Amino acid sequence: MSAAPGSLGNEHGVKARLASVLIGYGGLALAACVLAPLAGSTHISLVRAFDRSIPFPDNVDAQIFFVARMPRVLTGAIVGSTLAAAGVVMQALLGNPLATPFTLGVSTGAALGAVLAITFGSSLPVGALASVPLASLAGAVVASAIVYVLATRPGRPISTMVLLLAGVTLNAFFSALILFVQYAADFTQAYRTIRWLMGDLDVGSFAPIVAALPLVVVALGIFAFLPRPLNLLSVGADSAATRGVDVGLTQRLAFFSASLATAAAVSLAGPIGFVGIVVPHLVRLMVGADHRIVLPASALFGAAFLIGCDLIARTVLAPVEVPVGVVTAMLGGPFFLWLLVRRS
Amino acid sequence: MATRQAKLIRLVVVVLLLCGPSSSGWGASLSGCGVSLSGCGANLSARGANLLGSRDQSRGPQGSAPPQSSGSGPARRVVSLVPNVTEMLFAVGAGTQVVGVSSYDDFPPETKALPRVGALLDPDTERILSLRPDLVVVYGSQTELERQFTRAGIRVYPYRHGGIDSILQAIRDLAGLTGHPAEGDRVVRQVRSQLDAVGVRVRGQRRPRTMLVIGRDAGALRGVYVSGGVGFLHELLDIAGGDDVFGDIKREAVQPSNETLIVRAPEVIIELHPGEQPAADALQKERAVWNLLASVPAVRTGRVHFLYGGYLVAAGPRIGRAAEALAGVLHPDTVK
Repeated sequence: MSAAPGSLGNEHGVKARLASVLIGYGGLALAACVLAPLAGSTHISLVRAFDRSIPFPDNVDAQIFFVARMPRVLTGAIVGSTLAAAGVVMQALLGNPLATPFTLGVSTGAALGAVLAITFGSSLPVGALASVPLASLAGAVVASAIVYVLATRPGRPISTMVLLLAGVTLNAFFSALILFVQYAADFTQAYRTIRWLMGDLDVGSFAPIVAALPLVVVALGIFAFLPRPLNLLSVGADSAATRGVDVGLTQRLAFFSASLATAAAVSLAGPIGFVGIVVPHLVRLMVGADHRIVLPASALFGAAFLIGCDLIARTVLAPVEVPVGVVTAMLGGPFFLWLLVRRS
Repeated sequence: MATRQAKLIRLVVVVLLLCGPSSSGWGASLSGCGVSLSGCGANLSARGANLLGSRDQSRGPQGSAPPQSSGSGPARRVVSLVPNVTEMLFAVGAGTQVVGVSSYDDFPPETKALPRVGALLDPDTERILSLRPDLVVVYGSQTELERQFTRAGIRVYPYRHGGIDSILQAIRDLAGLTGHPAEGDRVVRQVRSQLDAVGVRVRGQRRPRTMLVIGRDAGALRGVYVSGGVGFLHELLDIAGGDDVFGDIKREAVQPSNETLIVRAPEVIIELHPGEQPAADALQKERAVWNLLASVPAVRTGRVHFLYGGYLVAAGPRIGRAAEALAGVLHPDTVK
């Protein structure tokens, strides 16, 4: 983050770098997507998996490949890239290198929704909100709405300090509610909640991915417009305004899209930590601070990173699994500390 | 002044972030639950849903810990914080001596009228003392509580969760402590003979490779927990004539991935639900969840079974009945 992000460099140079970054990081993400399903706790024969002459119910290799591994790797790609990109946007929006996609309470809201669904879902009539993903999505939306209402005044730029404090406080408040619900829950439910909080990419079919995809696409679509104003914004709101950036609009779009991306990712796979903070910093170390490069590079690297972490999670202790959130935290935590020490 | 304030706020934010939101709230909740987890195995089965087997239990002494007696003569007023132990007390004829139960007790129905005194995480020490007990049954992990009552001169029985032998030993211990040793022996003999009868019935039958599911997210093939190769559920499955496909994993509860489920290829899947049986269409919907794993033999041959009832997962005097229920779906031809 030492490079002055305000100096935009010439357009041509950026385009060339963007192309090389897209090829490099895109290749990495693609390689992860293609190679990860080949490995797992068991050995499968690819020839058999793709042999159409064997009926699907008879083809164990195909079942493992298409039911157990592909959805999982795709979920890893989607969740990893959205969390990493949302991390970049949050850090720029809040002007704080320690910000994560979870800083503004989205994930804690999602967690509260999930906890409520886990604890009381079975006693509800079979409604849509009884399902954990939908309940967590609803929780994320409520949390974002509360933070947004608290931190914005019509027609004025958002105070990032208020946004940050509101988010952090809401996080603490929702955490307390989660603890309270857990306390009231029985032990099975409390345990399931803990497990949900560790994150899990084993979604079991393509249906949850398809359901989350529209949200992800909208969020990533908005991300595409953000890099340039975020570059200017990271120098300071005032100077960005003098250079023609609609600060209020940029902030609102950034907040909305990052929240949406986080909500989709968390409802799909639980709150997988550290991806949203480690990946952006790692990518910045490699490509500099220009958001036009950092944002796409983080999204691609995030996908590869999470797929890699999940590969470790599902193979290292096979046949038992390590929760993927534990792997990201164990890799990400020490790295983050190293980063902190190095910065100071 | 203003900058100093801003600095201060920034500092607070940094601190909050570090121990903060995503990590802090949950960190706290996680560690909070970590505490509960250590005692959980005992808990869950007691609670009626043996989900949690942590390694702790398997490390614990086989059979229940010896009673800590600081008095003499049979206990007259018993408080039990452990639902399956409450059930044992009633079974050996000490029901009238029980003066307080945990907040989760629901069997036998007589417990519903008794004062509730909390559970693993929230034992109400004052309320327990006010019931003037001379024996308190606590979880083995509630060591602080155990010390408190011992200091107060009250006998404590720390219950630890284990396999069938430890359940039967606990029944004998409690029968002895409450002055019903003969009844205790009778109950243990009865459970043993039930289990033996099940064993005899399925002898010589082919033992299907079976998976006992003790937890799953409703409506999805996520968060699946199965019985591993340790604990009374595993032992009951063994007696009922099934080979546990996760028997090689020496843990009470295992969370397998979908890949592992496919690879282990159980011939029979039995889901144990402590609650009431739902309506037919809801049950059908839950059963259909398994169709995703089309190659699994149990799915292909329609041998995915759902069993309902608290007795299935309560580590107490009703385990004989649970073994009968398991044998009933594993070997339907042998049922009288």
